[in-house]
Amino acid sequence: MTTATFTGKAEQPTRGAQASYLTAEGFTLRSWLLTKDHKRIAILYTISITLFFFVGGAAATLIRFNLVTPPGLFQPDTYNRLFTMHGIVMVWFFLIPSIPTTMGNFLIPLMIGAKDLAFPRLNLLSWYLFVIAGVLGLVAIFAGGVDTGWTFYTPFSTMYSNGYVVLALAAVFVSGFSSILTGLNFIVSIHRLRAPGLTWYRLPVFCWSNYATALILVLATPILAITLALVAVERLLKVGIFDPALGGDPLLFQHLFWFYSHPAVYIMILPGFGVISEIVPCFARKPLFGYKFVVWSSIAIAGIGFFVWAHHMFVAGISLYAGLVFSLLSYIIAVPSAIKVFNWTATLHKGWISFDAPMLYALGFIGLFTIGGLTGLFVANLAFDVHATDTYFVVAHFHYIMVGGMVSAYFGGLHYWWPKITGRLYPEWWARIAAILIFFGFNLTFFPQFILGYLGMQRRYASYPPEFQIWNVLSSAGASILAVGYALPLFYLGWSLWRGKKAGPNPWAATGLEWRTPSPPPPHNFDVTPTVTRPPYQYRPDPEPQDV
Amino acid sequence: MEGKVSFLPATASAYAGEMNWLFAGLIATSVFILLLVFGLMIVFCVRYRKGSGADRGDRMKKTWRVEVAWTAATFVLFMGLYAWGANLYIELHRPPLDATDIHVVGKQWMWKVEHPGGQKEIDALHVPVGRPVRLVLSSEDVIHDFAIPAFRIRQDAVPGRYETLWFTPTEVGDYRLFCAEFCGTDHARMGGTVTVMEPGDFQRWLDEQGSTESLAQEGAALFRQFGCSGCHGAASTVHAPPLEGLFGRPVPLASGETAMADDRYIRDSILMPRAQVAAGYPPIMPSFAGQIGEDELLKIVAYIKSLGTKERPAR
Ligand code: HEC
Ligand SMILES: [Cu+2]
Ligand SMILES: [Cu+2]
Repeated sequence: MTTATFTGKAEQPTRGAQASYLTAEGFTLRSWLLTKDHKRIAILYTISITLFFFVGGAAATLIRFNLVTPPGLFQPDTYNRLFTMHGIVMVWFFLIPSIPTTMGNFLIPLMIGAKDLAFPRLNLLSWYLFVIAGVLGLVAIFAGGVDTGWTFYTPFSTMYSNGYVVLALAAVFVSGFSSILTGLNFIVSIHRLRAPGLTWYRLPVFCWSNYATALILVLATPILAITLALVAVERLLKVGIFDPALGGDPLLFQHLFWFYSHPAVYIMILPGFGVISEIVPCFARKPLFGYKFVVWSSIAIAGIGFFVWAHHMFVAGISLYAGLVFSLLSYIIAVPSAIKVFNWTATLHKGWISFDAPMLYALGFIGLFTIGGLTGLFVANLAFDVHATDTYFVVAHFHYIMVGGMVSAYFGGLHYWWPKITGRLYPEWWARIAAILIFFGFNLTFFPQFILGYLGMQRRYASYPPEFQIWNVLSSAGASILAVGYALPLFYLGWSLWRGKKAGPNPWAATGLEWRTPSPPPPHNFDVTPTVTRPPYQYRPDPEPQDV
Repeated sequence: MEGKVSFLPATASAYAGEMNWLFAGLIATSVFILLLVFGLMIVFCVRYRKGSGADRGDRMKKTWRVEVAWTAATFVLFMGLYAWGANLYIELHRPPLDATDIHVVGKQWMWKVEHPGGQKEIDALHVPVGRPVRLVLSSEDVIHDFAIPAFRIRQDAVPGRYETLWFTPTEVGDYRLFCAEFCGTDHARMGGTVTVMEPGDFQRWLDEQGSTESLAQEGAALFRQFGCSGCHGAASTVHAPPLEGLFGRPVPLASGETAMADDRYIRDSILMPRAQVAAGYPPIMPSFAGQIGEDELLKIVAYIKSLGTKERPAR
């Protein structure tokens, strides 16, 4: 083909025994714990967040187990600790770090043709902070738990909760610094370290999305840190900030908390958009439809995302006018999300589509994200939200986005770049089975929750009226399928590490600089700094790699 | 209220009826978009699967026209949905003037309800069908939320302030009532029943409760007990504003602003007298925060409200 993309000397994967990042620094634990290689740090992160995913997942399993019968199987206090633990672990120790710290860390330098991130030492520090935060969180859990919900609403959290609130706050507080450092590293790297010829509009959407995410991480996380610190101050020193009995204002807490936590929703989904925008063109063998619109919609989401926070407070006692404004802005931010879905769909048009596991996850993502997004229109609707907020309708809505969306994207990306990361191919059929199980298990788990919520089942209920049982049982049944779906990759991906076929540098015949270096990549990524001469995603239907 | 599998909640108020239409509208929009997106995805995936012979020539080149078209279409559609919901929400914030006020106090983990006639109930609310009711919500400890799915309404009960919620029940029956804001151990059990009755039955029910004094009468006693009358009473020598004719009128403040004397204003005047000082009076009123419980407070407020209809004496 005549589609030479890079003028840099192409790496030949077959050439002699060049050490990869996995082997070059040696095999000792020390070489891993003191590494400054972004790829190794990404692996450290992957191991850590996988651990937390299963801790949070175990809590979710117990939650669904409890809700099989209306009176509940656990004591209310136990149940309250379970959903709090599930929320805190999944939000701060899985979803927020998920794609950025693993694939983002691994791929951004590769995608921009750099040797590493701008600040390798900060990158390692960020992982250590994450580990410290995680340990604090686990101590809080195992010392007796926290019963505030992940939202730490005051004055309950400051004056009434009898859990290990301050310890949990400290865990989240420290994890925030890890987020900020990662964000900072991405922003600087993408600005400063792009290879020659890699202009902003030639940047893969994955980099753009992580860039937008990094902006939010850097701008929003400090607000969370301050807010949580104030909660700790009120709880420990009885200084009136949020508790009206001490002269504080409980709504102030909600404003501050959601000022971080709404943008945090986009921290959790934007990187997923990035992954999907890489996978869909590759398996449709077509350039991404409307590249600039996809890119700018991410930036728009990151920006407008800061101005919708009070849509979590429509019944909390904000004024009528505040409600009107925040609902309007929430509808406006739904537009760029819709644009993305349309663009991915249009990318399929007149393509040469194949259905390998990453593509199955990507299609699943689009489907589930669309449902999540559409139900977002319901809860952004003032009158509807008055009925639905704090019910399972909201629970279902955000699980469609966070789990159906983000976790599908995470798995899609993991499979797509697995050959690059490990140098091995995963077993395709097992991966497809897992993808399909996850899709159906997910829908069975969460679709009934929409019905439950609309019927009036409230969130965070350890027990519930008997007329809601049937939907809860369906949901729990779905959860067991989902659990199998999530556990499967652990086995077959693990197996592939030793037994998987050697991948070669570019098993998907994909464009993008990360595929222009051996799998697994050498410690410094590229022997010769690549030069970029074309926009991304110049796919042709031909199954041969086109960029040689 | 129990038994059989249900897909939709009961519709027991006029507002809930309007909400059903909104719900239908949202569902219709979603189904339309879902069919469009999923339909196209499935058609493309089948037609343009690798190895199929479908024609791929003449691909779309200029994309911005398409982009602008679908962006504009979604925007217009979304604004329509927004306006529809906003309209109903405004209605929720405009209680009719003839609504009966019922006080509801949340505390871990029960709802205490006090009718204007002094009748009290716990975890239950009896209301007459066809008459507007306005709930005045407060909390003694943490944030709770008073939710009645059959009416499609809810409102947080926030400590330190009054929130209101109104509805006009249209169907006689028993409906569930929940606490919808997580409030600790027995959050899930903090609920009960809303009973909508024929007006005649409701009157009989009120009478059976055998309350001796109305809320306002109990409030009058507390007004003396806490020493309010020492300053605000007719015989007082202290320069304090008379509370007759106060409720529902604008109050000029020392700061130059004007406040509306509603439930919240009266409550704040008692708990935080320094926050809004009435013009022309010295700020000598002591704060009663921490001394008067929510139950007592709402009685005193009811008493001051009952004075609202009286003539304002010149003093
Ligand atoms: C020491 C005298 C004193 C006592 C005791 C007192 N007040 Fe007052 N109150 C005042 C003064 C003076 C004002 C006007 C200045 C201000 O707004 O703070 C006032 C204002 C008010 C207002 C606002 C009136 C308006 O016109 O805006 C209300 C309501 C009120 N008091 C209720 C109470 C109640 C209820 C109690 C008993 C729990 C009470 N007060 C006890 C002196 C007193
Ligand atoms: Cu939000
Ligand atoms: Cu409660």
